[in-house]
Amino acid sequence: MKKLLALLLVAVMMLSVFTACGSKKGNDKAESDLKVGFIFLHDENSTYDKNFIDAAKAACDAMGVEYIQKTQIPESTACYDAAVELIEVDGCDLIFADSFGHESFLMQAAEEYTDVQFCHATGTQAHTAGLDNFHNAFAHIYQGRYLAGVAAGMKLNEMIDAGEFTAEEAKMGYVGAFTFAEVISGYTSFYLGAKSVCPTVTMDVKFTGSWYDEQLEKEAAVALIEGGCKLISQHADSMGAPTACENAGVPNVSYNGSTLAACPETFIVSSRINWEPYFKYIITCVQDGEAIDTDWAGTIETESVVLTDVNTDVAAEGTVEKIEEVKADIIAGNINVFDTANFTVGGETLTSYMADVDYDDAFTPDTEVIENGIFNESKFRSGPYFDLRIDGITLLDENYG
Amino acid sequence: MADVKNNIKSKREPLIHIAKRDDMVWWKAWIIRGIAILTSIIIMMAIALVLANVSRPEYASVSVIVETMYRGVLGRIEEGSFVMLWKYLQEVAILLCLALALTPAFKMKFWNCGAEGQALIGGFGAVVCMIELGGKVPDALLIPIIIVVSILCGAIWGFIPAIFKAFFNTNETLFTLMMNYIATKIIAYYVYIEGGGSHVIAPQKHGNLPNLLNNDYLLNIVIVALLTVVMFVYLKYSKHGYEINVVGESQNTARYIGINVKKVIIRTMCISGALCGVGGMLLVAGTDHTIRTDSIGGQGFTAIMISWLGQFNPFIMVIMTGLVKFLEMGMGKVADNCHLNSSFADIVVGIVLLCVVGCEFFVRYSVKFRRNKKEVKA
Repeated sequence: MKKLLALLLVAVMMLSVFTACGSKKGNDKAESDLKVGFIFLHDENSTYDKNFIDAAKAACDAMGVEYIQKTQIPESTACYDAAVELIEVDGCDLIFADSFGHESFLMQAAEEYTDVQFCHATGTQAHTAGLDNFHNAFAHIYQGRYLAGVAAGMKLNEMIDAGEFTAEEAKMGYVGAFTFAEVISGYTSFYLGAKSVCPTVTMDVKFTGSWYDEQLEKEAAVALIEGGCKLISQHADSMGAPTACENAGVPNVSYNGSTLAACPETFIVSSRINWEPYFKYIITCVQDGEAIDTDWAGTIETESVVLTDVNTDVAAEGTVEKIEEVKADIIAGNINVFDTANFTVGGETLTSYMADVDYDDAFTPDTEVIENGIFNESKFRSGPYFDLRIDGITLLDENYG
Repeated sequence: MADVKNNIKSKREPLIHIAKRDDMVWWKAWIIRGIAILTSIIIMMAIALVLANVSRPEYASVSVIVETMYRGVLGRIEEGSFVMLWKYLQEVAILLCLALALTPAFKMKFWNCGAEGQALIGGFGAVVCMIELGGKVPDALLIPIIIVVSILCGAIWGFIPAIFKAFFNTNETLFTLMMNYIATKIIAYYVYIEGGGSHVIAPQKHGNLPNLLNNDYLLNIVIVALLTVVMFVYLKYSKHGYEINVVGESQNTARYIGINVKKVIIRTMCISGALCGVGGMLLVAGTDHTIRTDSIGGQGFTAIMISWLGQFNPFIMVIMTGLVKFLEMGMGKVADNCHLNSSFADIVVGIVLLCVVGCEFFVRYSVKFRRNKKEVKA
């Protein structure tokens, strides 16, 4: 018993020493001016969130700003609660949330805390919400997809030249998550990129109905390959499609990061949105007391849209140079991805199109988006709204969730 | 027999042996528990310090971590901001409600591991009423319907395993666990149908429980506080409470003194399930106004520990819930601020519960070391 008591006393003493040391250290902590709060749907284990988490760390470290992150925040009142906590407890002046479904809850907080700035990725409601402190952001990711498409088209050309199949048989496959504008805009720009170098190319698209379902994505990719697709790309977050390609030896253009390590024999290139420029932009705005754009869409020029290194073992010769060339043309404005001269809908070139830009439950078309022969994607709001079914692309199924 | 043989063969008394004891005075038991809590706090701090040191060295001191925990639970209460305190009380209320629900079943030695599913299905009942009847029936009528449906749903989820236990003596632990999966999948399916493209059911406007004094959480807190008192009285002073005790101690005794054991098992499990249903209803109709498969978030399992730690006494359970939630929310804040994975809070709570529950071993058994070396030689 005495031994026990002695042990207990030692433990208590150790703890108090710890505490004493600690408090001294704690007081030295520098008070920083600006604090940013990040709300993430999942954590680092999701490629989607990891892309945001890495960018948040890079941007805040580079600018010497303190940030606090709340991970695993579902698209529910938990998002509102997290925002309130970040403001009330941590004193954040800027809140960012990364998932589409966070939007209405973030807006609820934005209405209450008018002196705090709220930024939301992939959302659609900021330009109609009438809140000065609520902002949407996205990127002209279709530019990156277009470049990746160029790489795909060059690979097809190489395979045609090698006599593996004829130019008429050049068909690509695309595994999409949902039949929404975000995905349609993505695969159409990818297709147009490929078509710009391989004019005879066609494409089949299958949808899984989930942003992350490894099995379904794999099955869809296998079905496309069996259906005669010579090259596969995808817009969904798992390794399903890349793995299926590696198993079948079919070239793959990936998304949201390199899959080179897992698929060395088939990976060509991958595009993704880089959020670091946006984070730096909003931090600078708040620091300087300037207004943040209601809708901000980064471009390939602002380095918001980036490509991974090309896997030269798989890609056709000259791909790296060609990508640089096209990229320069896009930045210079010589190439517009959604130039109506480059695609037809039902055999006709479009001169006018009303898209659903303003948020409503019925998806009512409300805004003319074609100007001077160009479909202006991500101009009237940052989130994509290109949802045309252009010729040359066949939808094998549709899935709206 | 084998033990005796071994003892004779080895001649030596084993270095350590364990003996049951039932004579420990209460203060000694509490010293053991105190040491367990202290140990767990030291382990917890050590882990937090090491991890914080890697990601945010400026947070790697005990005082900063303690302050961060305090902020995570009470927020900036000294500056007149009570947001976090209310949130804390709400979290305590929901977890306590589930723990209270489990207690009568546990006292009866019916190991109901299905609080998660029973609460989910209660919440499911509420959300279905909100979506299907919202706007068609006035809220004044809708709310009572929601209450009744939630309680019924929860009760049915408790009733099914109870029937099988009472008549076929099936294993209730496995049965209630299975029922959790069924409840989760039912909700997954419903969210799939109702949730649309983003697979999220938007918060419903109709059928929300009224706010007391304009506070989102007060009604839930008051209801659970009342339930705590009612449950204490029910277990301690009612005839039902007595019957539960007897059935728990010995079903044969219960039968001998004329208690209908089957009836008690079924009735108690219906109450247990119904109360879980109330918990789910408070969460869905009271605060969230929507449901997800992870709405309860594993609290149905934490509730098992709470009930056990509280020794089936509702008032001790209040303290235990308060402590567990303090740790969970406090360490959650440490994880946020130190940029650690959010699972960190769960790991810490797990370690603390392990220490505290594990120490009961030393309360119930004494560990005896070999005393006399001379004896060994002889």
